[in-house]
Amino acid sequence: MKRKHRRLSFVALALLALGAAVALVMAAFEENIVFFFSPTEMGQKEVDPTQRLRLGGLVEEGSITKAADGVTVQFVVTDTVNTIPVEFRGILPDLFREGQGVVCEGRLINGVFKADEVLAKHDENYMPPEVAQALKDAEHWKEKMQDSKAE
Amino acid sequence: MIVELGHFALVLGFVIAIVQGTVPLVGAANGNNRWMALAGPASLGQLLCVTVAFAALTYAYLVSDFSVLNVIQNSHTSKPTLYKVSGVWGNHEGSMLLWVLILALFGYAVALFGRNLPKSLKSRVLGVQALVTVGFYLFILLTSNPFDRVMSPPIDGESLNPMLQDPGLAFHPPFLYLGYVGFSISFSFAIAALLEGRVDAAWARWVRPWALAAWSFLTVGIVLGSWWAYYELGWGGWWFWDPVENASFLPWLAGTALLHSAIVAEKRDTMKSWTIFLAIMAFSLSLLGTFLVRSGVLTSVHAFATDPSRGVFILILLIITIGGSFALFAWRGPSIKSGGLFKPVSREGGLLVNNLLLTTATFVVLLGTLYPLFIDALELGKVSVGAPFFEAAFIPIMIPLVVVMAAGPFMSWKRADLKVTLRKLALTFVLFALAVAGTLYARPDSTFLAAFGIGLAVWLGFGTLTEFAGRIKLFKAPLGESLRRLGQMPRASWGMSIAHFSLAIGIVGMVGASSWKIESIQVMKPGDTVDVSGYTYTFDGVRDVMGPNYSALRGSFTVTRDGETIVTLRPEKRVYTVSKQPTTEAGIHTMFSGDLYAVVGDPSGDEGGFVTRLYFNPLVVWMWIGTVFMVLGGVISLTDRRLRVGTPKKKAAEGAK
Repeated sequence: MKRKHRRLSFVALALLALGAAVALVMAAFEENIVFFFSPTEMGQKEVDPTQRLRLGGLVEEGSITKAADGVTVQFVVTDTVNTIPVEFRGILPDLFREGQGVVCEGRLINGVFKADEVLAKHDENYMPPEVAQALKDAEHWKEKMQDSKAE
Repeated sequence: MIVELGHFALVLGFVIAIVQGTVPLVGAANGNNRWMALAGPASLGQLLCVTVAFAALTYAYLVSDFSVLNVIQNSHTSKPTLYKVSGVWGNHEGSMLLWVLILALFGYAVALFGRNLPKSLKSRVLGVQALVTVGFYLFILLTSNPFDRVMSPPIDGESLNPMLQDPGLAFHPPFLYLGYVGFSISFSFAIAALLEGRVDAAWARWVRPWALAAWSFLTVGIVLGSWWAYYELGWGGWWFWDPVENASFLPWLAGTALLHSAIVAEKRDTMKSWTIFLAIMAFSLSLLGTFLVRSGVLTSVHAFATDPSRGVFILILLIITIGGSFALFAWRGPSIKSGGLFKPVSREGGLLVNNLLLTTATFVVLLGTLYPLFIDALELGKVSVGAPFFEAAFIPIMIPLVVVMAAGPFMSWKRADLKVTLRKLALTFVLFALAVAGTLYARPDSTFLAAFGIGLAVWLGFGTLTEFAGRIKLFKAPLGESLRRLGQMPRASWGMSIAHFSLAIGIVGMVGASSWKIESIQVMKPGDTVDVSGYTYTFDGVRDVMGPNYSALRGSFTVTRDGETIVTLRPEKRVYTVSKQPTTEAGIHTMFSGDLYAVVGDPSGDEGGFVTRLYFNPLVVWMWIGTVFMVLGGVISLTDRRLRVGTPKKKAAEGAK
């Protein structure tokens, strides 16, 4: 094979690989992208109960309860304006607590968010950027900060 | 005083780095030997300075000097000594200092081991290395000074995040950084080669050991992180395709491609500009990884509190380094002449496919990791890209990679006979088919992908063994002859066989752990039993225990199978005294067939019940064994004579002209 041909076939192969990758990525994105909503946004949108979503905000103070089976936990996620009740079966992360930022992943079924994953962070001072944004959007971010500092 | 000395040493190192990053480069351009000769001593000077700085900070941690802000924020007198030391790099400022220390260490290693490097190349490599380091010195000194003092020292510190007080995570950052920063050497070699305008087989031979060392360290770092996530997070998972994990995986993928392309560049004098491209990519992705982790732009389960101004600084550093090096590549790259020709079916062809697939995989992971950022920047909403995406997009690329991986080593350089290669793999193919069928038969609940995965592991494992046996003519020549060949086999070939075979072992673990995991969540009162995958867990209750700086609730589970006691698992729920932060310690018993894994959660109900989570994680240990051997393969390959002896004098003399 001549050098020119070889280079050409190399480029063709690379393009083929890239094309296949793009096709793979597009197909995978189509099905597996998870949108993030704040409680306010989730209330406004028509949400398909089969669609996986992320819900982020603060865990409302005093909202954590256990269902009769002892394993299912219910709590309320708030952006200080609107709230969404959440249900989760399993052991919550160590840093999960009332008043802290949280991100839940799952589905919204009949107004209740059935989470199969709850993410709290490794670090107490960390606020997930989406949650911070959601709170900012709710225009309560600054007050909240002052409150927590005053405490 | 010692802390100020450390700060001063760091500034001194910065000044030396500026000199090292300019004078030798100018010297190399003008052919001034004395200017070039400055690079070696300067790199030693830098190393000494940064070592003093790092030692000073470590000292401040060891004696709990709470007049230093960094020590206050990350240490406490009650912390065990190991975590006082690991606390040095368990925070942003200290970890950046570690980064610079490793940069200086690698820089000096080039000066030390690169005695036979052509003068101009050596001084350019060290010069480029120093320029990279200058950026990080500036970063530390301007935005992240670990030596800042406070006016009124508190009595005690705030202690290190308890999540990080763990043996696995104590050594995770140093290894990860040795990997990340190790790629700075192949990067410096690549930039130096572009400046020289010359890339030959000798160049590739010099680059490969550095890339290999970096790759081995990075592998250890990633595995330590994964292992930690497995036992510490208590979710029974080992890889979450989280942005922070991907950040370390990206340079690993590019680095693996680099290792393989460097072989072609060395042996066949071709794919040279591609190798340079990969060297630049591997380090750029290391920088990108640092940026993603340190800036906190992405939501991650592993994210820590971050400071946006630092993110901007690293972003600028990133743009200068990556933009500059790719501009240089675009300008000088086309002048690199390619050497040996080859047929599509050949060793080169196989390695080319390896490279294409690995780069494609890198691209896919990169896209998935950055996609939320793009969407956010375009204000199309907030999205996250999780494991399902990566599994759907990444695995299909890995399958052909493993298929070719078994076949590649059979093929000869330049042109190989496809028929002969396939004939040699006939038995392997039969075993592959048997493994798929056998898995589907033994575990009817398996998905086809899981069975196919086990089949692929057998394909790769047996294919690698066949190639190894063929190389020493096992059963084809007298045993003595085979042993003689075994003794004479180059270490690099050993390394290749071991690394490839270890991936086969690793695949078995990955498939097992992700396909057949059994999870059971329930409330258990003392005396309750639960069956998980044929193992009976009896909950014996909990008791309080005290650690050096935490108090814990320790649960106890007796696990039996067919009436025989196998082990007592003791998971803990710890609360660290200083930060009041809780952590989970899973109770794990490892067996070849799988891990017994128990986590104890919150109390539930009035009768002393606890929420418990029990897992059977099949074959997990195969994954750890696989990765240990993979690193071993890398290390053995690194001891190859070819890499130690260096290049023939003739070539060195040529390069020096």
